[in-house]
Amino acid sequence: MTDVRDSRTPQPVSPAGPVRRAVVRLLPTRPEGTPLHPVTPWRRAWAPIAALAVTGLHNAEQARRWVTELSLGWLASGLLVVVPAAAVYGFLSWWCTSYLVTETELRIRTGLLFRRTAHLRLDRIQAVDVHRPLLGRTVGVAGLTLDLVGTDSKDQLAYLGEDEAVALRAELLALAAGMAPQTARHAGEAPAARLLRVRPRTQLAAAALRGSFWVAVLGSLVAPGVLYAVTGSVFALLALLVPALSLAGRTTFGRLVTEYDWTVDDSPDGLRIDHGLLGREHATVPPGRVQAVRVREPLLWRRLGWVRVELEVAGMGKQEGGTLLPVADRAAAAEVLARVLPGVDLSAAAAAAARGPRRARLGAPFLWRAFAHGTTDAVFVARSGLLERRTVLVPHAKVQSVRLRQGPWHRSLSLASVAVDNGAGGTAHARLRDADEAHALLLAQADRSRTGRRTARAERWLT
Amino acid sequence: MSSAPHTTDTTAGTAHAPHEGEWRGVDRALLRMRRLLVCGPLLLAGAVAAAVLWATAGLWALLALVPWAAAAWAWSALARNWRSWRYAERADDLLIDHGVLWRRLTVVPYGRMQLVEVTSGPLQRRYGLARLQLHTAAATTDAAVRGLTPPEAQRLRDRLTELGETRSAGL
Repeated sequence: MTDVRDSRTPQPVSPAGPVRRAVVRLLPTRPEGTPLHPVTPWRRAWAPIAALAVTGLHNAEQARRWVTELSLGWLASGLLVVVPAAAVYGFLSWWCTSYLVTETELRIRTGLLFRRTAHLRLDRIQAVDVHRPLLGRTVGVAGLTLDLVGTDSKDQLAYLGEDEAVALRAELLALAAGMAPQTARHAGEAPAARLLRVRPRTQLAAAALRGSFWVAVLGSLVAPGVLYAVTGSVFALLALLVPALSLAGRTTFGRLVTEYDWTVDDSPDGLRIDHGLLGREHATVPPGRVQAVRVREPLLWRRLGWVRVELEVAGMGKQEGGTLLPVADRAAAAEVLARVLPGVDLSAAAAAAARGPRRARLGAPFLWRAFAHGTTDAVFVARSGLLERRTVLVPHAKVQSVRLRQGPWHRSLSLASVAVDNGAGGTAHARLRDADEAHALLLAQADRSRTGRRTARAERWLT
Repeated sequence: MSSAPHTTDTTAGTAHAPHEGEWRGVDRALLRMRRLLVCGPLLLAGAVAAAVLWATAGLWALLALVPWAAAAWAWSALARNWRSWRYAERADDLLIDHGVLWRRLTVVPYGRMQLVEVTSGPLQRRYGLARLQLHTAAATTDAAVRGLTPPEAQRLRDRLTELGETRSAGL
C-alpha cells in the first residue's frame, strides 16, 4: 500500500499501557483508513428518543401512568442495560468504519458483524455533496454524499469534521477531474465566482404563483367548507381543515425551506449549488455530466418570464438532487445553463421547437398544441404540457438510444413519436410528428449523436 | 433540422435509411415456436370444449369454434409479427424494427452499448433460437432481437462488443 495517504492513516497503537493494549486486542481489528468523526455514533441516537417522546406526547395520560407504575428500580436497571449496550454498539460500529483515498478509489469500510467494503472509483464520481443537517451544524460536523455513475443508491460518508469534509470533497473532485494525487491532496477548494442568487422575495412570489399551491389552498378550504355546509358540525370542519392545511403548508413551505437562499457559483470543478434555510445543502454539478435539462414554466410564471430549471445527471435523484434553479428569469437561466451545457442557447432551443401537423388534433384535441419538437446544433428539444410547459433539452452527445413508436391510431393519421433516451434514465419524447419526418428524424438524430459524441469534451476535464 | 457537422468520415453513412439488403430478418423457428405456444393450447381447448359440449349440450358444441377461430387468427397474426422483426447493422449503429400494430424502431449507437447479452431458454434451445439484448446506460432502452440462431447471435454479439470497444464513448 504505497498509494495510501500516510498522514491520515491511524497511528499504530503505542505500547504505552498494557491495559490499553489489552483492550485494543479485544476489539475487532480496525480497518485501515481514516476514522469518521467521533460524533457519528450519536447520529442515530436521537431517533429512538424522538420516537419515545412522540409516543409519550400522543398518549400523555397513559405514559404518565406507565412511568408512575414503573418502580424506580426497574427504570434504573433498564437504563443500566440499554444505555451501555447502545454505547458499546455505537462505539464498535464507529470503530469498524473508516475510509481511505487511494489513487483510483475511495474505499469505505463499514459493518461490525457484516463487513461491507465499498470501492468507489474516482473517475465514476458524478458529484460530491456536503450536507450539514441542523443538529450537525451546531456540533460542527458535515456529511458527504457521493453520486456514482450507474448506481441508484448514494454512498454516504457521515460524519466528518466540517473542514475535513470540505477538504475531502475538494480532493475527491480534484482526483476525479484527473489531477495528480500529490497535488490533489493540497488542491483545496477551487475558487468560485457567484453566478446567481435567488432572492427570498422572488422565491416567495414564485411559490405563491404555483398552481399546486392554489390547488392545495383551495382544496383545503373548499372541501371542509362543503363538509361544514352539509353537516354543520364545527368539529368535522376542523378535523378536515387542519390536516388539509398542514399538508398544503408542508408541500409549499417544505419546498420553500429547502430551496431558501439558493445560490449558484461557478468554479473549475463544476457549478456549486448551496441552499436551505435550516440544514444547508451543498451540491456540485461537474461539467460534462449533465445528461438532460428540463425547463418548467408553470402557467402563472409564464407572463413573468420565470422558469424552473432541473438537471438530469446520471446517478442524481430525479427530484431534489436535480434542481439547478428553483426560479429565475429566462435571461439569467440561459446564462447559467450556458455554463452547464456549453454552446446551448436556451432561447434558440425554445425557438427551434415547432408543433407537429394539425391533423394530430384528431387524436389529441387540445394536447397536440402542447407538443413541440426541434433540434439545434447542440440539443434535441422536446416540449409538452398545457398548463405547466415542460421543455426537455438533450445534448446530442448524451443520447443513448433513439426509438420510434407508432401505434394503430398514429398509423391511421400517418403520425409517429420519437423518443430519445439519455444516460440518466430520462426520456425526451417528440410526440405526434409526421411519420416520414419522424423516420428522417430518427436516422438524423442517430447521426447527430454520433458526430456530437466525437466532438464532446473528455470525461476527465482537467487532463 | 440542424446542419450537423459532417466531418471527413468516409465509412459512416449519413442519415440514410438502410437499404433493403441491409435488413436481416429473424429465424423461422421463432414463428414455429410461437405458433406452437399460442395456437397449440387454443386448438386443444377448442377440441376439449367440442368433445365435452357435444356429449352434454348438443349444438352448444359450436362454441368450440371460438377458440379455433382465435387460433386461426393468431396463426396469421404471428406470421405478420414474425415478418416485422428485422434488424440492420449500420456503420455506427444497430437498428431494430418490430411490431405490426404497435411499431417500434430502435437505434442504438455501438459506442453506447454497455453490455450485450445472449440468452436462450430451454424451449428456445429446442428450437435452436437465442435472444440478444443490448443494454445502454439508459434503462429505458428496450433493444432486443429475438429469434436469432445461436451462431448468428454469437456473431452479432462478438461484432457488437468489438464495435462497442472501438467506438466506446463515455456517458
